[in-house]
Amino acid sequence: MTLARTRVRGGVGESAPRPDGVPKVRGEFPYASDLYLEGMLFGHTLRSPHPHALIRAVDVTAAREISGVRVILTERDLPTRERFGLMKRDQPVLAEGRVRYAGEAIAIIAADEADQARAAAKAIVVEYEILPPMSDPIAALGPDAPALHEGGNVIDDVLVVHGDPDAQAEVVVQGEYEVAMQDQAALGPEAGLAIPTADGGVTLHIATQWLHEDLGQIAPALGLPNEQVRLVLAGVGGAFGAREDVTLQIHACLLALATKRPVRMSYGREESFYGHVHRHPARLFYEHGARRDGTLVYVRATIVLDGGAYASSTSAVVANAGCFAAGPYRVPNARVRSVGAYTTNPPAGAMRGFGAVQACFAYEAQMDKLAAALDMDPVVLRARNAVEDGDRIITSQPVEGSEPVANLLRRCAALPMPADEVAHPLRAGRPSRDPLLLPGGAGNLTHGEGIRRGTGFAAGFKNVCYSHGFDDVSHARVRLERTDSGIRARVHTAAAEVGQGIVTVCQQIVRTALEVEEVIVETPDTTIGSAGSSSASRQTWMTGGAVLAACREVRAALEERALARGRAMDELAALLDEPIERSVAWRHRPTEKRDGHTQNHGHVAFLFAAHRATVDVDLGTGLVKVVQVATSQDVGKAINPQAVVGQLEGGIAQGLGLAVMEEVLLRDGQVRNASFTDYLLPTILDMPPVVCDLVEHPHPDAPYGAKGVGEPPTISSTPAIVAAIRAATGRELNRVPVRPDDIVFGTVARSGWRIVPGSDPAMAARA
Amino acid sequence: MAVHVARDVDDATRAVAVDERAELIAGGTDLMVEINFGRRRPGALVAIDRVQELRGISRSGRVRVGAGVTYTQLLADDAGSAALREASRSVGSPQIRNAGTIGGNIATSSPAGDALPVLAALEATIVVRSVRGERRVPFAEWMTGPKRNGRARDEIIVAAEWESAGPKQTFMKVGTRNAMVIAVASLALVVDASRRRVGVALGSCGPTILRADRAQSFAAGVLDELGWERQAAPTETACAEFGALVASAARPIDDVRGTAAYRSHVLSVMAARALARVAVLG
Repeated sequence: MTLARTRVRGGVGESAPRPDGVPKVRGEFPYASDLYLEGMLFGHTLRSPHPHALIRAVDVTAAREISGVRVILTERDLPTRERFGLMKRDQPVLAEGRVRYAGEAIAIIAADEADQARAAAKAIVVEYEILPPMSDPIAALGPDAPALHEGGNVIDDVLVVHGDPDAQAEVVVQGEYEVAMQDQAALGPEAGLAIPTADGGVTLHIATQWLHEDLGQIAPALGLPNEQVRLVLAGVGGAFGAREDVTLQIHACLLALATKRPVRMSYGREESFYGHVHRHPARLFYEHGARRDGTLVYVRATIVLDGGAYASSTSAVVANAGCFAAGPYRVPNARVRSVGAYTTNPPAGAMRGFGAVQACFAYEAQMDKLAAALDMDPVVLRARNAVEDGDRIITSQPVEGSEPVANLLRRCAALPMPADEVAHPLRAGRPSRDPLLLPGGAGNLTHGEGIRRGTGFAAGFKNVCYSHGFDDVSHARVRLERTDSGIRARVHTAAAEVGQGIVTVCQQIVRTALEVEEVIVETPDTTIGSAGSSSASRQTWMTGGAVLAACREVRAALEERALARGRAMDELAALLDEPIERSVAWRHRPTEKRDGHTQNHGHVAFLFAAHRATVDVDLGTGLVKVVQVATSQDVGKAINPQAVVGQLEGGIAQGLGLAVMEEVLLRDGQVRNASFTDYLLPTILDMPPVVCDLVEHPHPDAPYGAKGVGEPPTISSTPAIVAAIRAATGRELNRVPVRPDDIVFGTVARSGWRIVPGSDPAMAARA
Repeated sequence: MAVHVARDVDDATRAVAVDERAELIAGGTDLMVEINFGRRRPGALVAIDRVQELRGISRSGRVRVGAGVTYTQLLADDAGSAALREASRSVGSPQIRNAGTIGGNIATSSPAGDALPVLAALEATIVVRSVRGERRVPFAEWMTGPKRNGRARDEIIVAAEWESAGPKQTFMKVGTRNAMVIAVASLALVVDASRRRVGVALGSCGPTILRADRAQSFAAGVLDELGWERQAAPTETACAEFGALVASAARPIDDVRGTAAYRSHVLSVMAARALARVAVLG
């Protein structure tokens, strides 16, 4: 039975245009940093220049005298002692007597003009007693390390024991790996506008990934009941995990409440580097054992993640790194120790790939090492061990509803190779190839000299949705109504559109489920229940699922009404004299909590992808040009194929960045490159064409079978690119990003610690 | 902040002469960054981006490029220097190249200024003017340190001039990204066959743009044997020797963009390739 006489356009499976697409390209989309209210004040933050220090005194007298300054707040002025933090409330709203990272907030100012607020920050006199920084996470875990927080420097410690953890094998490969700190580098820096309300509360317009989680941290810090704090999603200019944590939310609200004036806070690029969390830097110590025929016998690994000064989501990142440490392979025996440490580095938290990225770089390098030791083709070795439905990962959880990973690998290997042949040396004085397309690009470094091409493969996986017993829920309200111009549907959720396309996904699901073309998606806010975070590749599954469930209820109500009135279902105008509205709370299947050996069904489902990279390397300069990336990814169902391809390409760009250029450079806790001048992101001359193979193997629990697609492109693209560089150069390259020095000089990264893979890093010995 | 939009060079020189706080702005690709980062807050600005006199390129025997010529213009119009064209292509993004000017590069005098090694290798002359008159400064005497030069506060850079050096020249730049990147190391090589002169200049390898004198003499010797006007490739050994001599002229440091060891290494690679490349050009 259908509702509409003609098929609706823009439903599930079509590349429906996204409503925010054209305004963004034309520069007309209102981002949070564009928020403006007549009479608003400008907020600013004073931050610590030292990574580790005691605060002896803060003197704001001179700063208060600066014209236009309305209020200056330090920790003494805070209404509560509540701390904030995503999974552990361990971070003070303003530093309490001690700073633990360079960039920690000390005081906040509201002034008539942004300049005045900045001048006031400069005029605040802070007396510090400088303490030595604790920059090395392995040293921080040691028995003699001074504690940065009550309870010591271990943020979380996950042990995975599977099968016989001490199993032995004929062929063994070992390696130490390093992943440097990557920044999410969303193009829209943090911004929000807090408006005091008549009831003594506050409304915050904010670019965030998760309105309700913010609310849960903001309200207690303000000393207000949740009802007096309302959040409305403002235009988000990218997120990638960096907007899961509270940055300026509490500060803006405090200033608005203190001044009874609207206050806008908006970070510049440099402050953005200090204001938000980054991807966890990691040290990984691995050992793989296999039979001579290539069958994996065991994996042992120790993974140390640098959590920085505050916990943020470190515990979940540690768990992910542990659970996915062996990759998408059948590994009957494993011992993995994954530990997150407090240091005095900038806090680390969520970023696309979330723990799976760090592990994948290491285990895929190990798989290539093993292939070399066995003299096997790397794709054949991987395919031989790749998981399929029914196989268990090292947490004993079986894979379900997935394309066999061996198929993804074989399909990816069969995708067309780049057309360009390997560059020729200089011929007759004329450049044999456009130098723009060669390593060094616009630098005109090679016309073919020194070029060698390499190809590399990698596969990766992670979970979708939240894991380990978290009550993961999304609320949706769908209303079907009659207007003067026809029938339309309205959808309300709190799901944050961060660029990934959830607005369009909701529209498409409603169009298909209710057969109505006009679908209005209302602005997300906290007047409806939580949608959970736009992270963990989960919004299509969760909010898409909630919207679909709400549509089904609306449809059932409509059918009931039609039956009661003796009318046909397509007599919508008559049936909808009263609108039909239904709200649902939608949950995925429950997951099990972590246990001592992490042997359980801790995750909802898994996402798999394979990548093949082709890279030209200039052996002389150590510069690279990624020529092509090909990928086969199990997407379940491409609700919007164009948007899916966009996610794959964007995720690969971010994976490429980590492979060859993106690094927050730290020295003794100081960020040395807090700008887009020196934190390099791939340009169009760095990003190659991507060949996408969307494999649609539906998952039974997901709406239309659609799995999350955002993270897998970032997970295995990095190791595939590095494998290609290794193939071209023969260098070890055990660290990302690969630096030109590593290629030219064959530099190998060493932590300076001896750690037996699988052992407790607290027992590490100096190498 | 007062902004005076200058009509012509005389108007601009008068405006900076009368207001001690005034700073010049052309494309603004350096100054606006400084202002936005709060590192500089000029008391007044004199905008010279609309001064037509500064925007011309003339090639009557001697090349003269107005200080207000943008990199986009240098890519579109032939300024008679292939190396300058290659350097212009390596500057920033299209937007930066549309706004940024060669005069701005000369004024900022960063050791990483992309056009500067080319001007050094061409042995260009910088022409500056003030209400006190006009001065002509050889490029070799222009830069006095990182982001320091011999320009007086009230002087306006009006042009760069050089003798046309022929086709045997090139520019190369290393950065850890294939476009829109600040030079980790750069090199300009000019072989002026008619004057029997070799110019080698290095960027981002010392406090100022450096010349590699011994390498220049060595290359001149190689070309004496090969024939300056011919299109003949030097031996690999000669190119490698040239590369080593260029690298030895550098005074590189470790910084956030690269290591000293890497800078020395890529200088030798760039130089060897540059010599092989230009020798066969004609």
